[in-house]
Amino acid sequence: MGSISLSHVNKSFGDVRVIPDISLDINDGEFVVFVGPSGCGKSTLLRLIAGLEDTTSGTILLDGQDMTKAPPARRGSAMVFQSYALYPHMTVRDNIAFPLKMAKASKEVIDQKVEYAARTLNLSSYLDRRPCALSGGQRQRVAIGRAIVREPKAFLFDEPLSNLDAALRVNMRLEITELHQQLKTTMIYVTHDQVEAMTMADRIVVLNAGNVEQFGSPLDLYKKPANRFVAGFIGSPKMNFVDGPEAAKHNAHAIGVRPEHFKLSRENVAGTWKGKVGVAEQLGSDTFLHVHVEGLGLMTIRTDGDQTFNHGDDVYLTPDAARIYKFDTAGKAI
Amino acid sequence: MATAQTRTLSRIMMAPAVIVLLIWMIVPLVMTLWFSFQNYSLINPMMTGFAGWANYIYVIGDPSFTQSLVNTLISVGGVLAITVIGGTLLALLLDQPIWGRGILRISVISPFFVMPPVAALIWKNGFMHPGYGMLGHLWKAFGLQPVDWFNQYPLFSVIVIVARQWLPFATLILLTALQSLSEEQREAAEMDGANALNRFYYIILPHMARAITIVILIQTIFLLGIFAEIRVTTGGGPGYASTNITFPVFRTGILSNDIGAGSAGGVVAVIIANVVAFFLMRAVGKNLDA
Repeated sequence: MGSISLSHVNKSFGDVRVIPDISLDINDGEFVVFVGPSGCGKSTLLRLIAGLEDTTSGTILLDGQDMTKAPPARRGSAMVFQSYALYPHMTVRDNIAFPLKMAKASKEVIDQKVEYAARTLNLSSYLDRRPCALSGGQRQRVAIGRAIVREPKAFLFDEPLSNLDAALRVNMRLEITELHQQLKTTMIYVTHDQVEAMTMADRIVVLNAGNVEQFGSPLDLYKKPANRFVAGFIGSPKMNFVDGPEAAKHNAHAIGVRPEHFKLSRENVAGTWKGKVGVAEQLGSDTFLHVHVEGLGLMTIRTDGDQTFNHGDDVYLTPDAARIYKFDTAGKAI
Repeated sequence: MATAQTRTLSRIMMAPAVIVLLIWMIVPLVMTLWFSFQNYSLINPMMTGFAGWANYIYVIGDPSFTQSLVNTLISVGGVLAITVIGGTLLALLLDQPIWGRGILRISVISPFFVMPPVAALIWKNGFMHPGYGMLGHLWKAFGLQPVDWFNQYPLFSVIVIVARQWLPFATLILLTALQSLSEEQREAAEMDGANALNRFYYIILPHMARAITIVILIQTIFLLGIFAEIRVTTGGGPGYASTNITFPVFRTGILSNDIGAGSAGGVVAVIIANVVAFFLMRAVGKNLDA
């Protein structure tokens, strides 16, 4: 089946160590998302698994077999690229059929599998078109179709939705998740968008500067971030961090409070932070307030959309005591 | 060009260039056509007047005409084959991160900067001369009889010289086409299980089709009129072995001072070039549509 196991994988380009040392175990059928800021090595890690880059050291096991040196085609994984990488001179049918043709499948098998993939992805009426005559979402589906027909042990997605507009992205996100439910194949998905990571993943790998910061389920990362980086990266809007004397009151180097974990009032209540509203972003369902708190700086607060705040209003913030995250000097969660 | 005003303006602005171009093209063409139907020989200036088809009959009826036509097609086809295939291979090579790529690239491209007669003379005396050419020495080093290239294989020698002249052009165009192929497409093909040969055939070659078409079309236009390389090496001989369709023009118009017949030869050459271009466009022109 499709379990993937990396042990002590290291990748350097010349003198630059992109990935110092990563060990990961991905179970068969899991949907794992690699997430991190740009340049954190998430795409490189995916390409190492795909076989498009050679590891500098370490081993990659697919299904318990050592595939560290195997060429991409033999690893049995299929990749969907950011730019889709469709073959522009071939029709949709030929694009989807290409991997089968390379595997020397018979004509009937090819036709049957292409038809099946096209039906699954709603592409049946576009089979004779060229990629240039398709919309972004359709191209994306063709790229996925080309991956499906190989019946791979694992799907590798390299930021596949970043070229789509916002509405389509939400749609495709659902479609890919749906596809995973149907196929139950291992999927690894690289993105820098933490919303995509949270909504799609069974488990998320948070990467930073080539290191795994945390590997766990989306809610785990949200509720129990291992360190300040994960705490700041997961969750939208970002967690508010406070250090200095206010953090020392909680016996920590720094504390963090998520925007949704504040009580907000216009009256002065004991033990609260006082601030002035800067910008109020009204989304309808929610309102994000940017509050300038005296001595602590700018804080983002999430409140329901029914209340209206004006620039310069005085507000009082009470962090939910049970949901204050504490970090030591190294940024580790206490 | 959205409004009528900008359209008129653009026409006025383009007019000088278009007019100059038309004069440049139309006037010589009309004069050539006119002369080709005249008795116009510098040797015999007294003989003037309308000649009818006599000049054309003289040119086409020349015993060398058929052979020069065949030679033209062979040389154009041969040079195209060598430059397109060689250019593709060189482009593939230069696209690799190999050691000494910079020097290799310069040495591939530099012949383009050498003018044709000079290049031909270098080949004639430096390489292909049986007595003191490098190839002659090479043959002798292996104890073989040196080949007298221009006497034994005149057309082939001319093709080699011209092909080396045009190889840089083909390589450059094909290399840029190759480099515009997205890396992700190659990687996708690799993931899809295509080996190097399949990647070349199914991905790289179709991507380069348009560039190859452009190379073929542009080169054909120039190759139909090869003259300098032949003039300084074989002079069209031995016999008519390396004569092409530019030679009747040279022989009648310049050597025999018969302007009328020379013009007729020129018109015939233009017609043949157009016929070739017509078939060529039908054969490969569809690659130019996106």
